[in-house]
Amino acid sequence: MPSTFDTVANIISETCDIPRDTIKPESHAINDLGIDSLDFLDIAFAIDKAFGIKMPLEQWTQEVNDGKATTEQYFQLNNLCTRIDELVAAKGA
Amino acid sequence: MRLEYFQLIDRIVDLDLAQQTIRTEARVPDASTIFEGHFPGHPLMPGVLLIEAMAQTSGWLVIAVTKFSRMPFFAALKEAKLRSFVPPGQDLSLSAKLLHEGSGYAVTKADIRCEGKLTCNAEITFRLVEFPNAEFRANMEKMAAVLEFPMESLAHG
Repeated sequence: MPSTFDTVANIISETCDIPRDTIKPESHAINDLGIDSLDFLDIAFAIDKAFGIKMPLEQWTQEVNDGKATTEQYFQLNNLCTRIDELVAAKGA
Repeated sequence: MRLEYFQLIDRIVDLDLAQQTIRTEARVPDASTIFEGHFPGHPLMPGVLLIEAMAQTSGWLVIAVTKFSRMPFFAALKEAKLRSFVPPGQDLSLSAKLLHEGSGYAVTKADIRCEGKLTCNAEITFRLVEFPNAEFRANMEKMAAVLEFPMESLAHG
């Protein structure tokens, strides 16, 4: 079974046509990979489908806009994968 | 439908905020300078304008769901299919369903039927922003009245 990171990296690679080997756990989706909010919406849909979750994208965006969270907390891939794992665990609880 | 004003739908015939769906109607004009070029001797409603008609239908749904708080602007188009030719004078029945609304975007699935037959369909993404200025919003409210937008439904939705 692929890791959360591998699944997410494959989705990003396919959605945004970014070479898979340039996507690392420490990559920041926006700053390093150049993914904009429109592409991230497609990525979020694909992640929701792959993991059977609903990422609270609006809440995350609001927290970043309000200065309550940094973009690294949600959009650096290793942190994003941790959030996804938490949502998957919460679903099974 | 007033092609010269980019008004691609004539009226809203149903708006269901619980189901997040909308239905609109439009009649392709019998004559337009557009048909002189598209195409001489074989006039057809351009596919891009059919897509715009689906976008306008979807846009009014998004405006209703967000209670006239945001303006949807066309941002992306997926899986657009133009299944058959639409001639001048054709009556169109359009519908859209909201698939997503949040984090600054809305996504709809829309289609057009002619005499019950599926003619076009697509998935459309909109960027939602504040109304750019008071004049813009006032014009949208004026257009809402022209299209028989059920303002009263916003109070109950």
